[in-house]
Amino acid sequence: MIPSQQKSDPPDSPGSVGWTESATCRLFDEGNPFPLESGGFLSPVDMEYETYGQLNATRSNAILILHALSGDAHVAGWDRNWKKTGRSWRAQKPGWWDAMVGPGKPIDTRRFFVLCANVLGSCCGTTGPSSLNPKTGIPYGTRFPAVTVGDWVTLQARLLDVLGIQELFAVTGGSLGGQQALEWAMAFPDRVRRVLVLAASARLSVQGLAFNAVGRYSILQDPRFHGGDYYGEAQGPSSGLAAARMLAHITYLSEEGMHRKFGRRLNNRESPEFSFGTEFEVESYLDHQGRAFVKRFDANSYLYITRAMDYYDASEKWGGGDLVAACRRVRSQMMILSFASDWLYPPTHVRDLALALCRVGRPVTYVNVPSSTGHDAFLIETEAVGGLIRPFLECPESAL
Amino acid sequence: MNPTPSPGKESGDLHAARAEIIRAAAAILRELDPSLGNTGLEKLIDRTPETRPDSAPLSGERWQDRVIERELAHGATLLDLGCGRGELLSRLILQSGIRGQGVELDSDSVVDCVRRGVPVLQMDIDRGLQEFPDSSFDYVLLEDTLQTLHKPLQVLQDMLRVGRHGIVSFPNFGYWRVRISLALSGRMPRTEHLPHRWYDTPNIHLFTLRDFLDWSESAGVQLVSGFARSEKGVRPLQPEDNLMAEEVLLFLCGSGKSKTTVI
Repeated sequence: MIPSQQKSDPPDSPGSVGWTESATCRLFDEGNPFPLESGGFLSPVDMEYETYGQLNATRSNAILILHALSGDAHVAGWDRNWKKTGRSWRAQKPGWWDAMVGPGKPIDTRRFFVLCANVLGSCCGTTGPSSLNPKTGIPYGTRFPAVTVGDWVTLQARLLDVLGIQELFAVTGGSLGGQQALEWAMAFPDRVRRVLVLAASARLSVQGLAFNAVGRYSILQDPRFHGGDYYGEAQGPSSGLAAARMLAHITYLSEEGMHRKFGRRLNNRESPEFSFGTEFEVESYLDHQGRAFVKRFDANSYLYITRAMDYYDASEKWGGGDLVAACRRVRSQMMILSFASDWLYPPTHVRDLALALCRVGRPVTYVNVPSSTGHDAFLIETEAVGGLIRPFLECPESAL
Repeated sequence: MNPTPSPGKESGDLHAARAEIIRAAAAILRELDPSLGNTGLEKLIDRTPETRPDSAPLSGERWQDRVIERELAHGATLLDLGCGRGELLSRLILQSGIRGQGVELDSDSVVDCVRRGVPVLQMDIDRGLQEFPDSSFDYVLLEDTLQTLHKPLQVLQDMLRVGRHGIVSFPNFGYWRVRISLALSGRMPRTEHLPHRWYDTPNIHLFTLRDFLDWSESAGVQLVSGFARSEKGVRPLQPEDNLMAEEVLLFLCGSGKSKTTVI
């Protein structure tokens, strides 16, 4: 996603959670392997997570934040250990939702105990294709099992068991994180009181499936992909992964947003060079995004996580294809936000989810946030989003 | 509801209205022909002392809200179309045990709803309620909204389809002061409750109580009960209310339900 345009709070500022450290928890091991939704078992399963704020005496103030495709557990604050872990990209900027999470911020860490865990199959601390397979002693690569949104939520619930949290005050996330939030509402209706879904609907559109397919294609066709066994080599399928990221970035923006941000301006020159280099500003931007991404993300993880995104369909999973039937499971207070220029999860699809909840008598709030910044708006429009999240977390609970 | 017209005995405010209407008619005649002195119309005014009612006490809360709060049964489901900042819904939800859902288009109002804990869908009701299934709410409410819609008829029909009952309130353009305002000034009426100018008014479909009742009769919609706010305050709907009511609140149902004729 686009790096936030706002100035970030330094670690010693009152609105920052400050220096952060992650923790890792072994949720499943050889004697107790994790049963996957796709069939089969996986062990061990280690999960990296971060927490901010204090759990209260009644253990009733926990908010679980769910990250999107390329996200990680580092939601807010500044990574104290970035040198030790080699995550140099964290040196210059705080966590991915720092504008929303911190003391006095919309998700107020003075009041709430906030946690976020990296998803299974990712490459940011939780077990994934780049982890060593204990049976072979080499990384799983594409021998890693298929993972699903359902698996992620099951594992998050398991982590809460370990931490002694029976019920969440709220879950929230955007994009693929929003789909996890929805899955929480349906899979564990009695364990979460408020659910806030941003820029996500019950399933990815066909257009979204198509974009993901092209992204994977460019990785799979990269000559350095080697069937997923590129670990330890000088260079993996970085050009394929960069191309996938560049394409994805186009889907995170909007025509109007790109026009405003770049126009048709040339990149640092007055007249065209008549070359195939980065002639236009937008090319330079995409090039930068591609290069930055391959430094921090694993191509195999990209394949697995986009597939999880493709497969997820709340109506299929919980309603036999009927979203309204699926919504009957929901017991939480729901708020669902779409963004006007989002064409990855278009407002009409997001609204259908809200209306399905309304149809079965669930109290639901749906807002279409005006924005020209496309899908990324859920990260960029912090004022508008914060202006809805804060009152949603503070408002009285409505009866079902 | 069973309104009881009182034949022979004219209420104080009806009497006052009659007098002002006659004066207005005389003023119009004089405007047509400035040479005209006494038009003779004034003789029609009964000189009995005017009983000017204590000017209707108005708190910030809308009178319709109080009636609705009283009329709805605990646990009923309500869809509030054009719920504004959610004041009514939040009281109904938190105090009266109503299962309420709001619909509102204005972004600032929606944020206020969220703050109050009122579930609200940001939608344009003018674009139809087809997503809402038949009889999915006990009540569907259009409080002071109908006259602001581009497609009021479609919304009314949808309202009575989606709700087992419809509740509608609107300003009555048949109210005598409105009539006089138009007649005397020759300009679109502006009153305390209709303060807008023609170019900035949200009220784009203007109708009287009688217009509405004509429609409901032709559409087979039944009036279950009705309330009016006149200068004397809030009371059940009376036969003369096309003239006397500033605003009305009507409880309706589609067809095949108990029918009470009011006017």
